[in-house]
Amino acid sequence: MISRGLPSRLGCVLLLALGLLAGAFLSPGAVMAQGAAPDISAPLAQLTTDKYDDTESALGALAVSGSPAAAGIVAALADGRLSYSPATKQVLIKTPQGGLVDAATGQPVAEAPPGVKAVRVNNRIRRAIEAASGTLALVNPDPAKRLEAASAVMRARDEAALPALDAALAKETDAKVKTALTLARASIVIGKAGVPEAERIAAIETVGAQGNQDALAVLRSVPADASPAVKAAAQGAIAGIERSLAIWSVGQNIWYGVSLGSVLLLAAIGLAITFGVMGVINMAHGEMVMLGAYVTFVVQELIRTYNPALFDLSLLIAIPVAFLFTGLIGVLIERTVIRFLYGRALETLLATWGISLILQQAIRTAFGPTNREVGAPSWMSGAFELGQLSITYGRLWIIVFAMLVFVALLATLRLTRIGLEMRAVTQNRRMAASMGIRTNWVDAMTFGLGSGIAGIAGVALSQIDNVSPNLGQSYIIDSFLVVVFGGVGNLWGTLVGAMSLGIANKMLEPYAGAVLGKIALLVIVILFIQKRPRGLFALKGRAIES
Amino acid sequence: MSNALTPQPVLLGRSGLVFLAVVLGAAVLVPALNLLTSPDSALHVPTYVVSLLGKYLTYALLALSVDLIWGYVGILSLGHGAFFALGGYAMGMYLMRQIGPRGVYGDPVLPDFMVFLNWKELPWFWHGFDLFPFAALMVLLAPGILALVFGWFAFRSRVTGVYLSIITQAMTFALLLAFFRNDMGFGGNNGLTDFKDILGFNIQADGTRLVLFVLSALALALGYVLCRFLVRSHFGKVLIAIRDAETRVRFTGYRAENYKVVAFVVSAMLAGIAGALYVPQVGIINPGEFSPANSIEIIVWVAVGGRGTLVGAALGAVLVNYAKTYFTSGLLAPYWLFMLGGLFVAVTLFLPKGIVGTFYDWRRARAPAPEDLAPDDLAPPDKLPEPKPAE
Repeated sequence: MISRGLPSRLGCVLLLALGLLAGAFLSPGAVMAQGAAPDISAPLAQLTTDKYDDTESALGALAVSGSPAAAGIVAALADGRLSYSPATKQVLIKTPQGGLVDAATGQPVAEAPPGVKAVRVNNRIRRAIEAASGTLALVNPDPAKRLEAASAVMRARDEAALPALDAALAKETDAKVKTALTLARASIVIGKAGVPEAERIAAIETVGAQGNQDALAVLRSVPADASPAVKAAAQGAIAGIERSLAIWSVGQNIWYGVSLGSVLLLAAIGLAITFGVMGVINMAHGEMVMLGAYVTFVVQELIRTYNPALFDLSLLIAIPVAFLFTGLIGVLIERTVIRFLYGRALETLLATWGISLILQQAIRTAFGPTNREVGAPSWMSGAFELGQLSITYGRLWIIVFAMLVFVALLATLRLTRIGLEMRAVTQNRRMAASMGIRTNWVDAMTFGLGSGIAGIAGVALSQIDNVSPNLGQSYIIDSFLVVVFGGVGNLWGTLVGAMSLGIANKMLEPYAGAVLGKIALLVIVILFIQKRPRGLFALKGRAIES
Repeated sequence: MSNALTPQPVLLGRSGLVFLAVVLGAAVLVPALNLLTSPDSALHVPTYVVSLLGKYLTYALLALSVDLIWGYVGILSLGHGAFFALGGYAMGMYLMRQIGPRGVYGDPVLPDFMVFLNWKELPWFWHGFDLFPFAALMVLLAPGILALVFGWFAFRSRVTGVYLSIITQAMTFALLLAFFRNDMGFGGNNGLTDFKDILGFNIQADGTRLVLFVLSALALALGYVLCRFLVRSHFGKVLIAIRDAETRVRFTGYRAENYKVVAFVVSAMLAGIAGALYVPQVGIINPGEFSPANSIEIIVWVAVGGRGTLVGAALGAVLVNYAKTYFTSGLLAPYWLFMLGGLFVAVTLFLPKGIVGTFYDWRRARAPAPEDLAPDDLAPPDKLPEPKPAE
């Protein structure tokens, strides 16, 4: 449009003069008050001729005019708020409030001149409006807007935007926007007819260096009549991008896998304590996770009611609350049920399954069977790009959190007194007792620790899963598989088990689909257990067979 | 008891005879009360109750199959619902084929859900299921072969105790996910339902329901006799020895894994038969039967009745399911899970031998004459040595 606008613009000199005169007479003192502001009277005059051709070229001229008023005029036309007076050749903008503003001066107009008509718009003009607003955005004062506009131009690949791009490039100071603009320009040059071969190859290199899906689409649009050298360059660039995209997609799957692995780790690590260290098959473990999620819900509700300003801290507040609450429930369960069942692993399984049913039903009675809404604090929403990886803050924080919990647990077992006592009791209960360790108390604390960690996991899982009474059920089988796969009684095994199952699951998914991938994984784990009945990191020694 | 390891001459024992008398008596009495009394008589048993009782009997057979391996071999399978469901699906496929052109879409061969999925021909694994003998064979073979493959791998690798329980659970979970898929060709989420005929008889007819009930009672009685025979034989003695000290049995020269595989396969087939009898009486089979929670529930029936007593398993299945029907249909419905959960906890804490096991203890304490108290010798010891993983 802009390139085509030239001849008609020449023909409009007369109108231009008229418009200028009209403007000058009607509002003296305001017209062109600032000498620096570019002159837009010519396109304004074109808007008053009631011809689509003129309107279109006026839009093109406005887009590249660099005038601060241009954006408002184009927006008004897009909304049907632009009118003109055939008599005075004045262009008027109806403000959203209903007032009238002179487009040339920006001054309010008290009364509409008689015979005001709307500037007509058809589909061709609408397209021109779109292009013009895109171009105008390229010179928007906000760099973020400019960046957005540059990528929009790159996707649209409209040859007509080339002059505007060149103009914008000349003025651009922001390095990031400049790169985007260069890229957009190169994308247009690749597809444009009649570009010299060297320039086109240079453009292909520029685009090829970008290496993403957009670049791939641009490179595929090289015209069929391009010279062989250009085509070869494009093919080479496409192959290069496809190679790097394949690598990135593996990277993305690994990232998803690590993210799933951290979720599994969070769910399983408490079990690694109760099952792995104490040998108690705690089928109510999933319900501890579920309780942790409900604690988060309650904490958030209280914060919403009493002090909404603290909402961003709600998860941080929920973590200790959930740990103490579920830990306490764990101690209670251990004292009332499990301590009578030590050494009878399969009976413990039944009793804790019963407890899990009771807890589920209790939550269902108290909170209802439907999902509860747990909000995400602002620092957990959003995403950023790392190369071709898109990384959401939510997933990132869960991974970080899982690692922190893992390290904290490891440190507790290795470095603290209670950790030492726990290890002593699991290694040799009677010897520990005769050294003065209160084994009953240690049992209760260990079970409480495992349950508390499950509660903390619930806080994290409330961010990615539905908070419902069935939340725990969906994790219990996976958690047991992780612990058994990694090797019972070994926290490192749990870490490796969770990560390998998570990554394997996400690597299988693209080929087999989510459900078949999961089935395949279950079968793989079942077969793996045949090969290594005690998991990846089996404890060695005679004690195993006892 | 000094003669604990020599086979007792009594095949059934007093409790076994009582059990058979009750089951066979029910097989005669319930249909008689249904047919011979008038609907307003106090003794009348309505047909829906007959079907309900029939369902309990299939559960009892399922519990029996679990008791065979849990009570006598020490294999705690948390995936036995899978074998039950496989038997049920085999029967369901036969019943689907019997619908013929009477389905909603009227396709002469394809079941409705396949027409709905726009399938053009019957998948290969559906062929043959229009013949009852083939379907009946599959009721045994589908669970049997799965149990054979699974058991052969697991027992040969000496996967025991908790590890075994968890991988059986993973097995039924994998099957659950698989059967939920529409592409599998088993009706997906909805499963198989809307049955019309079985062997030419209308499946809804009162007479058919009575016959199915009687068949369930006979299957339970025969299943009991079979299990009882197995555990009283030399083979059964080895099984019990494996349960109590597997390593020692292996050192004595027995191939423990072979004994376990055989017991596992027999148990899976019994579960399959139970499933096949369950489906026509309930009128539907869907992937929910594979859910791990179902399999754990079976364990509770056995634990409530008394592990390692056979009679107790059947009794527990009927009692728990009667309670379930009673409580889930009334005002107390929201509290059923509290009750069931509480039952799990209470039984493991206060009644570790279950109802029947506790009864045997009580009877032995009262009358120490040992000639007919054989079941006690077979009951598991109070505390089984479990591998303590951390040690």
